Amino acid sequence: MTIASDFDYRRPATLEEAVALLAGCDRPLLLAGGTDVIPWLRNGLASPGMVVDIKAVPGLDRIEWRDGAVHIGSLVTFSDLIASEEVAATIPVLAEASHTVASVGVRNRATLVGNLCSAVPSCDAGPALLVLDAAVEVVGPDGQRGIPITEWFRGVRRTSLGPGEIVTGIAIPDPGRHGACYVKLSRYRGEDLAQVGVAVLVRPGGESRVAFGAVAPVPFRAPAIEEYLAGRALDDDTRAGLAPLVDAAISPIDDMRASKEYRYHMSRVMLLRGLAAAAARLEGGGPPYGEQVI
Amino acid sequence: MKHSIAIEVNGEAWALDVEPGEVLLDVLREKVGVKSPKIGCETGDCGACTVLYDGVSIRSCLVLGVEADGHEITTLEGLSHDGLSTLQQVMVEMSSFQCGFCAPGIVVAAHELLQQRPDPTREEVQEAIAGNLCRCTGYDPIVDAVLEAARIGPGDASQGKGP
Repeated sequence: MTIASDFDYRRPATLEEAVALLAGCDRPLLLAGGTDVIPWLRNGLASPGMVVDIKAVPGLDRIEWRDGAVHIGSLVTFSDLIASEEVAATIPVLAEASHTVASVGVRNRATLVGNLCSAVPSCDAGPALLVLDAAVEVVGPDGQRGIPITEWFRGVRRTSLGPGEIVTGIAIPDPGRHGACYVKLSRYRGEDLAQVGVAVLVRPGGESRVAFGAVAPVPFRAPAIEEYLAGRALDDDTRAGLAPLVDAAISPIDDMRASKEYRYHMSRVMLLRGLAAAAARLEGGGPPYGEQVI
Repeated sequence: MKHSIAIEVNGEAWALDVEPGEVLLDVLREKVGVKSPKIGCETGDCGACTVLYDGVSIRSCLVLGVEADGHEITTLEGLSHDGLSTLQQVMVEMSSFQCGFCAPGIVVAAHELLQQRPDPTREEVQEAIAGNLCRCTGYDPIVDAVLEAARIGPGDASQGKGP
């Protein structure tokens, strides 16, 4: 079915041209992989005056090391991340999370940055990038800026991206030696949105980072849980003390994918499984990245 | 405003004029005339519209026709123009499908898998077609056929030209 919405289509050849196009248009919509944008155009969730396709902008399709960080351009797809040796060697949890997104045919087209820009509560990229301390790199009429991932999500489908701004990529500082895990609960293996998503990253010396998805309006880090875990051994006492902290951190809802009560219960279980897997991976053991722990 | 695009479909060059709102799936079916990509969910969930786009499987319902300018598209027709592929032949013999609506998408998705992994595990086959919904068969005869086609290997079936 042809999209009823009447819009102009532009495919700028440079970033400068793209920024200028956005500045001169009152209802622009950026297009990369399109796996969210095309359905929005079709069902009327978006009715832009102009669709600005950034796929011809050079340099945005790279994964590269620069200044002590992995930079992932805004045209890098989930399949690119799964196939990347760089990602596997340095931040394998991002490949693990990418592997849980939709299906092969969607991952071949959908971009990591697009997933962040769509900013749905269940987005799989969110928890993984939160524990990786990522920054969102944007360019706009006032030049470049970096937005810490903790300040990116502003609400359901709302982000900190300003008018006229374009995300050029994600920067992930080298996490050094670490173990991490993204645990996704969905109704079946294969393509489904997360009922709960939990990301964990542990480093030598007892630092733990914990983030949740699909159990609040936005994916978020859980500092109270991280402070509690700091320096503690993951023994029975520590594990027992986590449950009330999880309950305090999350605010899940009932919807067609799961009940609130189920999400509470599974969030506790998944955090324990994720912590155990991350701790084992830190020591070079545990389930290989990509193997489900739930 | 119409845009002029040049695309290659199953090895044939096409010059077309498309509106920005025309989706690649519709361009292929209505303007090029290839009917194997099916109109299913139109949200990317069912996989019935799967085609190869510069060699990788995508949902043709999630791409604008105008985006496809300069790209190569291969549909089921392009995989089987010399007769059935090994994979298709095995699927026929093993009665993999009933109504057949999902078949073009599944053949294209499984073809991509066998190109990348000539000897896949059952789990890898399941993952490769996880985004292709079949409401008839319960998937087992499809997965069995992909594994059997992999076992036979390209070129060994009676009339095939490889998976």
